[in-house]
Amino acid sequence: MTQGCECSFSVEGEKFAEAGKVSVEIKKMLKKIGIPDDVRRRAAIATYESEVNIISYAIEGTVKLQVTRDRILIDIRDTGPGISNIEQAMEQGYSTANDRIREMGFGAGMGLFNIKNCSDTFEISSEEGKGTHLKILINR
Amino acid sequence: MTLREIADLLDARILVGGDHLDIEVKTAFSADLMSDVLAFAKPGSIMITGLTNPQIVRIASIVDNSAILVVRGKIPPEETLTLAEELDIPVLSTRYILFETSGRLYANGIVGCVRKIEGPESVIPL
Repeated sequence: MTQGCECSFSVEGEKFAEAGKVSVEIKKMLKKIGIPDDVRRRAAIATYESEVNIISYAIEGTVKLQVTRDRILIDIRDTGPGISNIEQAMEQGYSTANDRIREMGFGAGMGLFNIKNCSDTFEISSEEGKGTHLKILINR
Repeated sequence: MTLREIADLLDARILVGGDHLDIEVKTAFSADLMSDVLAFAKPGSIMITGLTNPQIVRIASIVDNSAILVVRGKIPPEETLTLAEELDIPVLSTRYILFETSGRLYANGIVGCVRKIEGPESVIPL
């Protein structure tokens, strides 16, 4: 199948109960256009982690999904405090999560590390006081 | 083991997915940290957890868990169970604690999704 699609979702900060809604939706959409299970799974995991990051740390954000003939692009932008030390944030186990985040079962410091693991190409940029931008590319 | 055998072994209540009890389970991942489930759970594994919020269902759906087994006698809230019906994820609840639950399953041939973590250890700051 060579079907593609393009869509965008917004995610609000602090809305912990909503965490994962976008990822579940994206996983369903990818199934409809015939993306293989293991690829859908990686895309959904990367999206879930990103969603939780927006909800945990940012004011708001958008998740854009673009599927073309040979790859899946998940582009995530948020407005929020940004990340001061990206290298440190990428480390396994490094976390700045508060108790509320941890009570929900998150904040283990695995997020960005796991996103990178699920991606074929991963780019991150951030500006302190403005926000963070993630570009996740997964081959179909 | 099938879900039915797991339910019998652990005196578990089947809260969602009574029609999926023939699903065969070979691996499990026990955690109260959903971040770790996302990082380490394998497709088809059963999630064993003490958490009950709707996130456990979304995570199970995303990582392709075959079912969720809630421990320590907890019954998830209606919202969680409704979502599990919707996403077609069986939910079981046992009174055994996480350690006992995992040990009993292991003794019956279920193994972990990963044995131990490869690569460098992660130093967790306070």
